[in-house]
Amino acid sequence: MGYPHKTHPRETAILSKHFGDSDARSLDGWKQRGGYRALEQALSTPPAEIVDAVKASGLRGRGGAGFPTGMKWSFMKPGDGKPHYLCCNADESEPGTFKDREIMRWTPHALVEGCAIGAHAIGAETAYVYIRGEFQEPIDQMESAVSEAYAAGILGANAMGSGKRVDVHVHKGAGAYICGEETALMESLEGKRGNPRIKPPFPAVSGLFAKPTTINNVETLVAVPHILTNGAEWYKAMSLSNPKSTGTKLFSVCGNVSRPGTYEVVLGFPFKDFLYDLCGGPQAGRKFKAVIPGGASVPIQTMEEAEATLMDYEGFVAQGTMLGSGGIIVFDDHQSMPRMIARLARFFAHESCGQCTQCREGTAWTTKILERIVAGQGTFEDLDTLLEIADNMTGKTICVLSDSCAVPVVSGLQKFRHEFEALITGRRSSTVAMGGKPSAGGSALTTGAGV
Amino acid sequence: MTTPMVNLTIEGRPISVPAGTSILEAAKVAGVLIPHYCYHPGLPVAGVCRMCLVDVENAPKLMPSCATSVAEGQVVHVHNDKSLDARKGVLELLLINHPLDCPICDQSGECELQDYTFQEGRADSRYREPKRFNPVEDFGGDVMYVPNRCILCTRCVRFMDDVHGDPVLAVAERGDRAVITTAPDAGLTQAWAGNVVDLCPVGALLSKDFLNKARAWELDRSASVCTGCSQGCNIVVETRDNAVVRLKPRANEAVNGHFMCDEGRLNYRWLNRMDRLVAPMAGGGETEWDLATAAVAATFAGKKAHVVANPSLSNEVFFLLGRIVAKAGGAIHFAVPQGSEAPLPGVEDLSLRADRAANATGAELLGAFRSDHPYAGVSGGHLLVLVDVEPSAVPAAALSAAGAVVFIGTADPSKLGRLAAALPIANVVESDGTITNLRGRVQRFLQAKAAPGHARPAWYALADVLIALGEKADYHTASEVFSALAAAKPPFAGMSFDSLGLKGTAVAGAVAGASR
Amino acid sequence: MSAHETVPYTPVFVGKRKLDLDAILLRYPTKQAALLPALWIVQEARGWVSEAGVTEVAAALELSAAYVKGVLTFYTMYHQHPVGKYFIQVCTTSPCLCAGADKVAEAFLQHTGCNELGVTSPDGKYTVIEVECLGACGFATPVQINADTVENVTADTVPQILAGLK
Repeated sequence: MGYPHKTHPRETAILSKHFGDSDARSLDGWKQRGGYRALEQALSTPPAEIVDAVKASGLRGRGGAGFPTGMKWSFMKPGDGKPHYLCCNADESEPGTFKDREIMRWTPHALVEGCAIGAHAIGAETAYVYIRGEFQEPIDQMESAVSEAYAAGILGANAMGSGKRVDVHVHKGAGAYICGEETALMESLEGKRGNPRIKPPFPAVSGLFAKPTTINNVETLVAVPHILTNGAEWYKAMSLSNPKSTGTKLFSVCGNVSRPGTYEVVLGFPFKDFLYDLCGGPQAGRKFKAVIPGGASVPIQTMEEAEATLMDYEGFVAQGTMLGSGGIIVFDDHQSMPRMIARLARFFAHESCGQCTQCREGTAWTTKILERIVAGQGTFEDLDTLLEIADNMTGKTICVLSDSCAVPVVSGLQKFRHEFEALITGRRSSTVAMGGKPSAGGSALTTGAGV
Repeated sequence: MTTPMVNLTIEGRPISVPAGTSILEAAKVAGVLIPHYCYHPGLPVAGVCRMCLVDVENAPKLMPSCATSVAEGQVVHVHNDKSLDARKGVLELLLINHPLDCPICDQSGECELQDYTFQEGRADSRYREPKRFNPVEDFGGDVMYVPNRCILCTRCVRFMDDVHGDPVLAVAERGDRAVITTAPDAGLTQAWAGNVVDLCPVGALLSKDFLNKARAWELDRSASVCTGCSQGCNIVVETRDNAVVRLKPRANEAVNGHFMCDEGRLNYRWLNRMDRLVAPMAGGGETEWDLATAAVAATFAGKKAHVVANPSLSNEVFFLLGRIVAKAGGAIHFAVPQGSEAPLPGVEDLSLRADRAANATGAELLGAFRSDHPYAGVSGGHLLVLVDVEPSAVPAAALSAAGAVVFIGTADPSKLGRLAAALPIANVVESDGTITNLRGRVQRFLQAKAAPGHARPAWYALADVLIALGEKADYHTASEVFSALAAAKPPFAGMSFDSLGLKGTAVAGAVAGASR
Repeated sequence: MSAHETVPYTPVFVGKRKLDLDAILLRYPTKQAALLPALWIVQEARGWVSEAGVTEVAAALELSAAYVKGVLTFYTMYHQHPVGKYFIQVCTTSPCLCAGADKVAEAFLQHTGCNELGVTSPDGKYTVIEVECLGACGFATPVQINADTVENVTADTVPQILAGLK
């Protein structure tokens, strides 16, 4: 469902089928809609079989990395005598992405079920759902669902009478995008600053509380019950282009588009149709100019690239970008690309944990230069400096926030350099809106006290 | 079970190191310094500064050498274009908000940011934006914090957390707003907190004691040993214009790791005290060395020696005192001042010791007697020989009871009144010698400054007294005295200044963990 | 008391809140892991987390006060000083910015009487700040008021939203 709009006929609503349906949120409502049958079955299925089914389905991590889920689960060694943990990454903070919010506030029991099955599959008795602190409605829904599940004996020491323990705890974050990075998430859960860890060791070896841990995205986990109920082949068959990209994906569509919302299509769907047909195209009197298809950390596409894209992992890569989180941000011809990119850089500067020199200093410096350019005080030299800083920030840090900040800068300069140059030379194109104040003064999020 | 060795090549040099060694440490074996900030051998690895990134052939990205273990067949480049560019990038980014404080910053001349920037950094800055600003803070104890200069290496935080076991420092805020902060109610008053100043690679953490006192390049440096307690931490004595201006720890894995306590560190002013005995005295006034020495020897006649010595004096001194007492009859006594212990939990067997003297162990091995009442039993038949004790601490009763009193020491003894003779000696930074710590480790201290006036090394003065007493004692250097000591005293058998080097050696039969 | 405290601090973890904390502690193998939840309890009880709050949490979880301060200041949702009764957080990250979020922020500033972002209005009722992506980009511009996310806010609907706040 292009929630909050009506489901488009060309969507395939599996995960989003009950978005907007308040009755789906209760335990009874969920059971009526087929819920918890997969879990009941799973609890009496050997974990290895569940892992194999997920592997065979081709399900890949839906948080942004696209790592094959079954393979990730298989890294958890059974019978090592150590407590295993499942962490559900519900920190959803990638700009442009809002699908997990919908999953949790409309179908919280789907996630409870997904977590329980996932925990069982990896030999864990405890699953933590790390939900970003701003998501109060999803937190409330999840806590309510977890409560109902315990009361009904679905969770607890004897999950659904299986004799196995499954505990699910909701853990509320406190405002840090970086806690969506899997190792930073674990640090935060442990009661520390959200600083990403150096890998190795990898979470499956030493993760939460130094124990073997798997971290999965919300959307990934809620796909699992469907895979177990309908079979791996069913899931694998849902593929319109590359066989390595199977199943459906929730795409969050936002920005300058007629019908922003959450859409669910089979991977490989043509992006041009998606944007102009399903999402309703640009708003009246405007034209699309650029699109970032996978959240702020993936390269910006020109419309030419976007319109040639097939929406799967390989398809986006073939058109100069990545699927990422599937957060589709559309900019029309009224937007100033330098201004949009400056604001993205500011996002990364605010969210940097500050450990690595390149990220801590580079994100802030990039932001300052871009804001100065947007304010009409840039030089051509600045453009060279920006690219050198971006190169310095790439491939050199503990996590990829630093690289992510460089991405819109590099792709923006590559594909929209004329807009930057126009600001520098003082000439403006008539359809490019100038706007925004320099960051000096005013914003409580200004970096540092210096103006 | 022996650790397997790994063979790799660093900067074209093939080496073999134990498995599990980091590339950064392995590079040291190859004689290559990989520039770094956050890494320190005495601290847990952080891997955050990103300065130590190296180019490992066939690796997908540059690897942080402090946090990456060696692997068989690795080929590592430290000074190729990729690695140099990466370091140049780190340096540029560290400098964009760093204030141009070198002219007024204490760290100048011993600053790792200066050093690497000069070696490998950009010649100019292309940063055009306003710099971040935070005011200077008092962190308590001897430490002040200048946030503008901080490069967020977190060595200070890791030291207090993991080595000191007292997490009073933390990183606050995030991103480029991050700074180091202390607890609302606590400061750096812990026993070993001053080490954070040494650890800080830049001038962000500074010693209030040393503030604006001297420039690093004006200092002369000598290896020595702290005499504040019986731990025997290895130190560097830094002087300027013949005055001690700073003490810093010197690394010795067997004694003090990389650290020294604040009490030892900040207690150096006594080494520069002005109220010194600067000329030999005899017959009520100043005189020549020969005459004073003869006067000392003469007072032994018909009496037994009751020697009370400072237990921080060197092995050489106690050896020669022992020879004097063997010739003239008598005994050597010493008392050890006491204080509270303050261990550094993260380093094995390291503590500020209750025994606040450096050579009690050596003194006992060389025949002196430890006592709480070293002056007990002084009578008319005794020559009371005071060897570098604090004059104001000598009981008046002992002074009047003794048959005669002789002073061989550093402080001005004029308050003591009736002295048959007084010989001025050099203190521990004004001469060479050895002391023995509580674990029996014998360590050298080297001369750092000139003694005032006519003062001479104690071993020299005592050797002359021995000669005046008719004994053979033609030592020309402290080293010769020590060699003679080693030949005569079985615990020191085989030792020499050369064999001790600058890290020392344990006496034969030394037992780790022995009390005192 | 710190410069921000106008009433003496009374312990938060007593009675029901102590029981809440005890229940939370059961979820994790370490006390430290209860730190974020404990800070939330303090903020919900007192409106913000003061130095005294830091000290109390540190004692309850056997952590050092400096450590707790370091964690507290990492996360943007914890207030280190009192804020207005209605803490208005306007998302202005690019997906919302291109849909007019800056005008929404300006409208809030204008209609609340707050002079600047981050400065509480003279009557103590409102504080308006810009925040990063709220994860509701399809409902531009989302505005979080205390714990509620209000969707689809435009400059025009701001007065009506404010009128609805008591």
